[in-house]
Amino acid sequence: MQAATSTPTYDMRVVRGFAISALVWGIVGMAVGLLAAAQLAWPELNLGPYLHFGRIRPVHTNAIIFGFTLGVVFAGSYYAIQRLCRVRMFSDTLSRINLWGWNAIIVAAAVSLLLGKTSSKEYAELEWPLDIAIAAVWVVYGINLLGTIARRREKGMYAAIWFWIATVLTIAMLHIANSLAAPVSWMKSYSIYAGVFDANIQWWYGHNAVGFLLTTPILGLMYYYLPKAAGRPIFSHRLSIVHFWSLVFIYIWAGPHHLIYSPLPDWAQTLGTAFSIMLILPSWGGMLNGLLTLRGAWDRVRTDPLLKMFVVGLTFYGMSTFEGPMMSIKTVNSLSHFTNWTIGHVHSGALGWVALTCFATLYYLIPRLWHTRIHSQRLVEVHFWLATLGLVLYVTPMWISGVTQGLMWRATNADGSLTYTFMETVTAIRVYDVLRFLGGCVFLSGSGVMCWNVFKTVRSGTVAYAPLPPDTISPSAIGGQA
Amino acid sequence: MSGPSWHRELEGRWLPFTLYTLAAVVIGGLVLLIPPFFLQGTIDPIPGFRPYSALEQEGRDLYIREGCNVCHSQQVRPFRTETDRYGRYSVAGEGIYDRPFLWGSRRTGPDLHRVGGKYPDSWHWLHLLDPRSFEPDSNMPSFAFLAEQPLDLSLTRRRLDVLRSLGHPYTPSEVENAPEDARNAMRTIVESLRADGIELSESQSRSEALALIAYLQSLGRGAGLLEATAHQGSSHGD
Ligand code: HEC
Ligand code: HEM
Ligand code: HEM
Repeated sequence: MQAATSTPTYDMRVVRGFAISALVWGIVGMAVGLLAAAQLAWPELNLGPYLHFGRIRPVHTNAIIFGFTLGVVFAGSYYAIQRLCRVRMFSDTLSRINLWGWNAIIVAAAVSLLLGKTSSKEYAELEWPLDIAIAAVWVVYGINLLGTIARRREKGMYAAIWFWIATVLTIAMLHIANSLAAPVSWMKSYSIYAGVFDANIQWWYGHNAVGFLLTTPILGLMYYYLPKAAGRPIFSHRLSIVHFWSLVFIYIWAGPHHLIYSPLPDWAQTLGTAFSIMLILPSWGGMLNGLLTLRGAWDRVRTDPLLKMFVVGLTFYGMSTFEGPMMSIKTVNSLSHFTNWTIGHVHSGALGWVALTCFATLYYLIPRLWHTRIHSQRLVEVHFWLATLGLVLYVTPMWISGVTQGLMWRATNADGSLTYTFMETVTAIRVYDVLRFLGGCVFLSGSGVMCWNVFKTVRSGTVAYAPLPPDTISPSAIGGQA
Repeated sequence: MSGPSWHRELEGRWLPFTLYTLAAVVIGGLVLLIPPFFLQGTIDPIPGFRPYSALEQEGRDLYIREGCNVCHSQQVRPFRTETDRYGRYSVAGEGIYDRPFLWGSRRTGPDLHRVGGKYPDSWHWLHLLDPRSFEPDSNMPSFAFLAEQPLDLSLTRRRLDVLRSLGHPYTPSEVENAPEDARNAMRTIVESLRADGIELSESQSRSEALALIAYLQSLGRGAGLLEATAHQGSSHGD
């Protein structure tokens, strides 16, 4: 319990809760991802009705996106918003509902997916009662966030807040529109959309889940925690403005790049391609704003593993937001679609950008939440290298595998007949499945190191006292001068 | 570097800021989502295209339950190399009874949109039980448990009823007789397996695998109808 002090206190319990739950879901999600990778390499590992690849794969994506990534986003935004607004959260009750409600949903999600209760729509697999629960908890988060902002004692809203506002609004809209379904029973429903319309709505949702779950909230973390960790203001406020508005506006249009050469009308596919290519600019604007914040501080990057994580994270953000637009071009997509190239793209964004930025945020938060120092800075460094190595070992084989399979599918003999049977293309990429599994092992072992480090740190710390801590950089200073 | 003063102003007013953000994300959404609904009429109807039978629909829901869609696409793209490998490319009209759509995003296994009729029922039965008996290198999981679990027909009627309320043209008697139809269709598959020398046990002849086979064999029936309809032959590209 918190000691009574005359200074107002921030609510750090919800932050601690989400930081720990995110860590747990991170380990679960990656371990399940590793199991999925192993099953592709060694199919004997598919066990019985509940533990085969078809049911395991969505458990991986749901645990890692909704449990881990969003857990860090909740922790990071609850921590930062109170400091940026210089008030306690709008309502402690809402914070509690958010924390326990959300984690209960993830548990229910994992169980129901293993039981085969799925809508099949990617990143929206959960059945309708859970969809309703998600919408409710999301609204709770939204009210809490906006309520706090409305009551703030700081005049302006710093850029990180913009990205979280955009996240809250857009995800609410996407989730509700895409999940509309007619129930058959408690755990089965039929989409109210059919065929090509369903595909259109689903990838409007799916692409923007990437945009507003794996991009904007992570940018929010980057905008707050990178300047904090580096001890200097964000490079350019003007760039933040241009890049924020163009990013949120353009992202929404790009969904059809998941449906190239499909029965979706051509005009929609073309719009998707055009906006995807435009998306390079705002994406790189964000990357540059982050990287240039470190100008003149590169000597610190060499010694501070936290800053290294941010730098590698931003670099992979830049890479995957260059790769994505390339994959949106029809001729490239005709090769990459349906292959492991997509999986390589996904994980260069997911392991490189999302996970590394989340790790850095957690390393920043944990010692501050428990009023102590990190147990071992060396182990943070070790984690950084394991994560980077694991990421390269994961992504490189997937790229090679994707291109190999894509080329084999389209290879023809002189007489025009197909050169390879489908099975030959499966056999040809098996070796890359094994390599990816090894990459996953290395990446996961890094997360294991993190857990140990966090455990020791928390053990040595205390939660007893949480006065308004002095902010070394005032919120307006992070935002550049007015 | 500081921003323009009007934006500084906006950063101090959370509600307008929130509303502008909402407007920014809603515009693209409306443009992409609304017109396709009005274009609904432009989907070429496929003459004679019927909704799934009771057993096929049960099988489709099993296909979703087991996540076959995470490894198999159901969308043949309009390239020579794809149509040579799989068959006619997929068109919008084929999806009107697909809730949800199952085009997929990853082909760990081959596309299945044209698999109906490609193999006899007995092939599917043996392949589902043990894919590696056909392809030693296949990484498809074994679904032997589907051959043991009895198919639950308690929701069949309700499934068709809900789909009917969403516009699928089932007659009231089709909905009413759905479980019986499904049982009959299962018997037909059991017969065809017997003809190929596979004798099912009592529990196997009521198993979920049979529904899945019925669904797999129904895939591509739209393409069959399109082939049959002469006037849609060569110039179908939109
Ligand atoms: C781990 C990925 C994976 C999952 C999950 C999976 N499959 Fe497969 N499937 C494959 C691979 C690889 C092949 C090609 C090798 C073979 O024939 O076994 C294949 C082949 C097939 C074929 C033969 C297609 C053809 O044209 O020759 C059918 C039919 C099939 N699968 C049905 C299913 C069904 C039904 C399910 C769900 C119950 C399912 N698969 C789940 C990977 C998968
Ligand atoms: C130890 C680390 C990880 C391993 C071993 C791993 C493994 C896998 C595997 C095997 C698949 C299925 C690929 C296929 O179907 O061919 C997959 C899919 C996916 N993973 Fe991971 N993963 C890891 C970490 C992550 C993280 C940290 C994230 C996100 C932050 C993530 C997000 C995803 C997504 C979104 C997909 C679906 C991709 C698609 O549908 O195209 N993964 N992963
Ligand atoms: C400018 C930015 C980006 C563009 C234009 C883009 C474009 C694409 C394209 C074209 C595909 C392949 C679709 C297909 O053929 O099936 C794809 C898949 C994907 N991308 Fe990106 N990408 C971008 C950034 C990112 C980032 C930063 C992430 C973060 C992790 C990400 C995550 C994913 C995921 C998860 C998928 C797989 C979806 C699925 O099939 O399940 N993308 N993207």
